[in-house]
Amino acid sequence: MTMKEKKKTGFFQSTAGFTVVSIFLGLFIGGIILKIAGFNPFTAYWVIIKGVVSKPKYVAYTLVSATPLILTGLSVAFAFRTGLFNIGAEGQFIIGALVAGLTGYFWHLPPVIHVIVVIIVAGSAAAAWGGLSGYLKAKFGVNEVISTIMLNWIAFYLSNWIVGLPGIAKEVGVNVTNNIQDTARIDILGVWKRTDEGIEYLTEHPFFFDLLRAPVNLGFLFAILLVILIWFILNRTTLGYELRAVGFNKHAAEYGGINVKKSIIISMAISGALAGLAGTFHVLGNSMKVANLAGMEGAGFDGIAVALIGNTTAAGSVFGGLLFGILKYGGTKIQNELGAPTEIINIIIGTIVFFIAMPKFIKILYSIKLKKGGNQNAE
Amino acid sequence: MLNSIAFLIGTTLLYSAPLIYTALGGVISENAGVVNIGLEGMMVLGAFTAATVGYFTGNPWFAFLMAGAAGASIALFHAIACVTYTADHVISGIAINFLGPGIALFVSTIVFEGATMTIPLSLDDKIPRPLNEVFAQNSFFDIILNQYATVYLAFILVAAVWFLLYKTRFGLRIRSVGEHPRAADTLGINVIGIKYIAVLLSGMFAGFGGAAMSIAVVSNFRPTLISGQGFIALAAMIFGKWRPFGAMWACLLFGFAQGLVVFLGGKDTIAVSSQVWAMLPYIITLVILIGVVGKSEAPSADGVPFEK
Repeated sequence: MTMKEKKKTGFFQSTAGFTVVSIFLGLFIGGIILKIAGFNPFTAYWVIIKGVVSKPKYVAYTLVSATPLILTGLSVAFAFRTGLFNIGAEGQFIIGALVAGLTGYFWHLPPVIHVIVVIIVAGSAAAAWGGLSGYLKAKFGVNEVISTIMLNWIAFYLSNWIVGLPGIAKEVGVNVTNNIQDTARIDILGVWKRTDEGIEYLTEHPFFFDLLRAPVNLGFLFAILLVILIWFILNRTTLGYELRAVGFNKHAAEYGGINVKKSIIISMAISGALAGLAGTFHVLGNSMKVANLAGMEGAGFDGIAVALIGNTTAAGSVFGGLLFGILKYGGTKIQNELGAPTEIINIIIGTIVFFIAMPKFIKILYSIKLKKGGNQNAE
Repeated sequence: MLNSIAFLIGTTLLYSAPLIYTALGGVISENAGVVNIGLEGMMVLGAFTAATVGYFTGNPWFAFLMAGAAGASIALFHAIACVTYTADHVISGIAINFLGPGIALFVSTIVFEGATMTIPLSLDDKIPRPLNEVFAQNSFFDIILNQYATVYLAFILVAAVWFLLYKTRFGLRIRSVGEHPRAADTLGINVIGIKYIAVLLSGMFAGFGGAAMSIAVVSNFRPTLISGQGFIALAAMIFGKWRPFGAMWACLLFGFAQGLVVFLGGKDTIAVSSQVWAMLPYIITLVILIGVVGKSEAPSADGVPFEK
């Protein structure tokens, strides 16, 4: 590609266009692999679509599974904008979940206030956890990739240690915390749906009955609000301008009077808070408790893919998170209905990200198409 | 007491080996200027391939080599993306980290009839222990030195990779490609070719690392078997300043941490604090990194796409 080459315009020449082509290629290659393994790819994709939209409950489950992905994706995307690679969303998620689980159970506060307090405290803890990586980079030049990997494991063992402590564990030897107080829950009608009145109402209203079988909660709504907030910060505030300037060219930003070190710390703190809130909402709306982790759960790593699919923008994270959530939740259905391995989803996601990594390849793909088209016209 | 020390040293060596292979893979690739964050995915594929081939052939060394081949094959995609299509190395690596486990578990579900776990190998089909029955059973030296051959091989390869990188013409080319590809190109070195070979080698090593886990440390593959070791190896490589011996020492530190968890986990009285012990090496790494600031330098053109 030379500079002289005429800049082509149009959707398919844009980054979003490349992403769409990458998604298509990912689904196409996933289909070929399914075919080779002896499954009908069209049936498989149909099962996924049906498994996501055919019942209110399915839609709710899909949104619930997309919620943490949107937030960890937003977290990674935000850091990317400042030129930082936050591979530590996983650990920040764990910290946010842990603090939410503890403050949700041990503190006794009125409804609503309890939720707000837990969100603030857990979000701050995760911000500190992420900000630490920023501080280490700004102050000591420690590569954030390595410091966040270390902090992921520290968070992992810290959480497992704390949930096993006497007084915190539900029972001795059972490494699970107690359920959070009802005042801290953000699930919708979660308590009511198990009362006699609730059961009676729901048996008469099949739509709500079905819908509420999923852990419907406010997490998705909060996630969307945070996406809007982050978009606003990045694009409409001085802070956002400075953070993006640092990501664009650190030296130019510094020359322009921007405090680069401060920007790095702030960016990592905000990024950490977002990933932490993914964990917080997961606990307050879905799991209600924190359990011993056998291995990394992957919300943070999935967030990296979400951010990339979303072109590392705030709004893109919603799109990436939903796509990932649909594939992830819908993908569980192909196992039951077709016996096709759910793992095809990771192959599809991996393939999509792989093509997103190389726009140059897609451009070459276009040029082949154009040549063919040209020949046809000549004939 | 003496046996406890021996046990700790022994488990440290055992758990370090998979990390060492993988970190060496990282060292080779990044010295040639290709960032390889996909080590984890390559390792998973290697671990699965070794366990599966080992189960069907009963030949652990063939399984080990096939794991290397599997790692190299998926690394080929990384090379195509990063070297030929000048992709962002980190993004391509992230893709590999989805593809490796995805392919491994997909194939596992088909081959092992719905199971994401492979069927365990019998003891005879695992990697052999060359020094088995040389020392009295459970004696001090037996506990330390009666290791799987993959453990010894890992340390031999550290020296081999060091020799390759710093004492051979090919190694000089690898490093020149990572430091200043344009200069290397001017001198007639095949930059693209060298990068391809380096990335394939790194995949092979990561595959070996996975095999050292699945057919030596344990005897089968399961989804949680490789959970983060590839990233730890990556950190070890950075910690070890992109050099084979440096990476080896860092891997030993992380291996020691895992050994410590196993050691303390076996003791009821302090079982709770094993989690705290497990955190230590990561904290130590952070502290040391703060101390060595400025001295840890990646190859200058690491992660920079090369276009002629």
